[in-house]
Amino acid sequence: MTEAPNTVAFTPERLAKAKEIIARYPEGRQKSALLPLLHLAQEQWGWVSPEVMDYVADLLSILPIEVYEVATFYTMFHLDPVGKHVIEYCRTGPCCLMGGEDVYGYLREKLGVEAGQTTADGKFTVKEVECLAACGWGPVFQIREKYYMNLTRERVDEIIDELSK
Amino acid sequence: MAKKILTEYINVPGIDTFEVYRKHGGYTAVEKALKTMTPEEVVEEAKKSGVRGRGGAGFPMGMKWSFLAKPEGVPRYLVCNADESEPGTFKDHYLMKMIPHLLIEGMIVSSFALGANKSFIYVRGELMYVIRILERAIEEAKEKGFLGKNILGTGYDLELVVQPGGGAYICGEETALLESLEGKRGNPRNKPPFPAIKGLYQSPTVVNNVESISNMPWIINNGGDAYAAIGVGRSTGTKLISASGHIRKPGVYEIELGVSVDEFLNSDEYCGGVRDGHYLKALVAGGSSVPILPAHLITKTANGEDRLMTYESLSDGGFATGTMLGSGGFIVFDETSCIVRNTWNFSRFYHHESCGQCSPCREGTGWMEKVLHRLEHGHGSMHDIDLLVDISKKIEGNTICPLGDAAAWPVASAIRHFREEFEWHVTHPQEATRPGAVYMGSAALV
Ligand SMILES: Cc1cc2nc3c(=O)[nH]c(=O)nc-3n(C[C@H](O)[C@H](O)[C@H](O)COP(=O)(O)O)c2cc1C
Ligand code: SF4
Ligand code: FES
Repeated sequence: MTEAPNTVAFTPERLAKAKEIIARYPEGRQKSALLPLLHLAQEQWGWVSPEVMDYVADLLSILPIEVYEVATFYTMFHLDPVGKHVIEYCRTGPCCLMGGEDVYGYLREKLGVEAGQTTADGKFTVKEVECLAACGWGPVFQIREKYYMNLTRERVDEIIDELSK
Repeated sequence: MAKKILTEYINVPGIDTFEVYRKHGGYTAVEKALKTMTPEEVVEEAKKSGVRGRGGAGFPMGMKWSFLAKPEGVPRYLVCNADESEPGTFKDHYLMKMIPHLLIEGMIVSSFALGANKSFIYVRGELMYVIRILERAIEEAKEKGFLGKNILGTGYDLELVVQPGGGAYICGEETALLESLEGKRGNPRNKPPFPAIKGLYQSPTVVNNVESISNMPWIINNGGDAYAAIGVGRSTGTKLISASGHIRKPGVYEIELGVSVDEFLNSDEYCGGVRDGHYLKALVAGGSSVPILPAHLITKTANGEDRLMTYESLSDGGFATGTMLGSGGFIVFDETSCIVRNTWNFSRFYHHESCGQCSPCREGTGWMEKVLHRLEHGHGSMHDIDLLVDISKKIEGNTICPLGDAAAWPVASAIRHFREEFEWHVTHPQEATRPGAVYMGSAALV
């Protein structure tokens, strides 16, 4: 399980990246960097804690509430600690036509969790999401930036076994 | 062979690199436009081409460009909509990952036409790997002098910024997208003012879909008239169709507008027909938001004419017997599909994605999801079916943005064409809730 960070600061590389991102927007429009910075934060800490949101607010010279209201609107940001691997499967119609419900049911059963839960060993969190723009290659799930497509029970076994190593 | 405008070179190895893309004629449109044409002339070619917005609404792109306000001393923006979140649609994802330079070339030409010096590509955040592909391609283009300051020595400056979303279908709606790009929640704005007058940072802005913009290099190289010569009537050019569901060959296909639905569905060049041993039950032709059609209205219109893949033919018969081309998300259902279950699934999607600003949408989508859940799980009543129709009517047309309509149409059309199947869920709750059970007696199946 990822822990709440006790000292909140980007790594030097990410801080440099954050500054580069902020400089992309016109003068006074630095708030546009909010979503990119939240992604950068989630990349570093795995989720975005209130402390992290305050830190981002500070970097952008905006109010913390402006960060909270955005972080809670968008579904990609994890507002609670998550497992090492977050599996986000697409539950929308076209993926279900391709056997998604069966495959995802199998995945949850294999890991012993319901959607939204993390395994006891902290390795996997399973989340339900909507269409991932990969409908012709469904069923689909995403782990971090990687898409896993044309899923079957056998593929799920392979992927989970590989990640469990 | 059908004409390919966007995908001709898509499978060439290395086409995602500047070098290979350039070898296949890439960036010649930038040279031609910036060196030999005025911005007005580029807009004129877009107009002549008749190309219509490929994000769903089908508004003519050249005309949209000509509405852009041009007050002195105020920057103008071009924003590319790569939020692609409409269920059944995955063409922009495919195009950007396979041939990223095509969109970038289109962005340069289009930004030049509009007089924009900073343009954005807003990509749904889930596609972070595609964002990295685009950013790499932008770096390459910059190194070669096609982006940045004084492009090709013409004095034109352009910077391209790729912006990630955060997971929200509503940010595909253009004003919600602009809010999101400003670092806010994705709440659609009240219109007017339209983005052409007050868009990003309150400046005049054009928002166009990935595919719309990607047509521009070809239009500049070959002329708007050549583009308009492809297709049928006001449906000019080609269209990317995302084909999914129960077909032999799911995937993204570029069609000439005007090919028949029958050919698209059944020929081996495209979907290859319904999967083996099964037969067609229903079709959603243009992404989850458009009305669903039963088998007998798919390849023929209500008048018995061949149904074509065009904006006009797909909507022939209005909502009574037609549908819409929409974003080109072509979802095929065979006889094993439960329409009630799929309708519930789609309603759950719209409820989940409603931004919550207007009560008809916020409350109505939740209510529809609940009633459909009840019907699908064997606890519904006949009254519930009429209730759904009633709710959908109360949402339609009464909201700030079209998500409300998009939520209402799939429900209303499913009941219009598959009412018996809904009723069967009420009269046969035990059978209907057996896993995998599907109503087989509908007239629509004959
Ligand atoms: C709820 C909703 C979602 C939308 N999603 C998208 C999308 O993902 N991509 C897109 O290009 N247009 C989308 N649109 C349409 C846009 O508002 C806008 O019409 C389009 O980006 C304009 O570009 P075009 O004229 O080139 O199609 C959506 C509209 C609505 C109401
Ligand atoms: S129709 Fe729905 S999504 Fe659109 S603004 Fe209203 S509440 Fe938000
Ligand atoms: S429905 Fe699953 S990716 Fe679109």
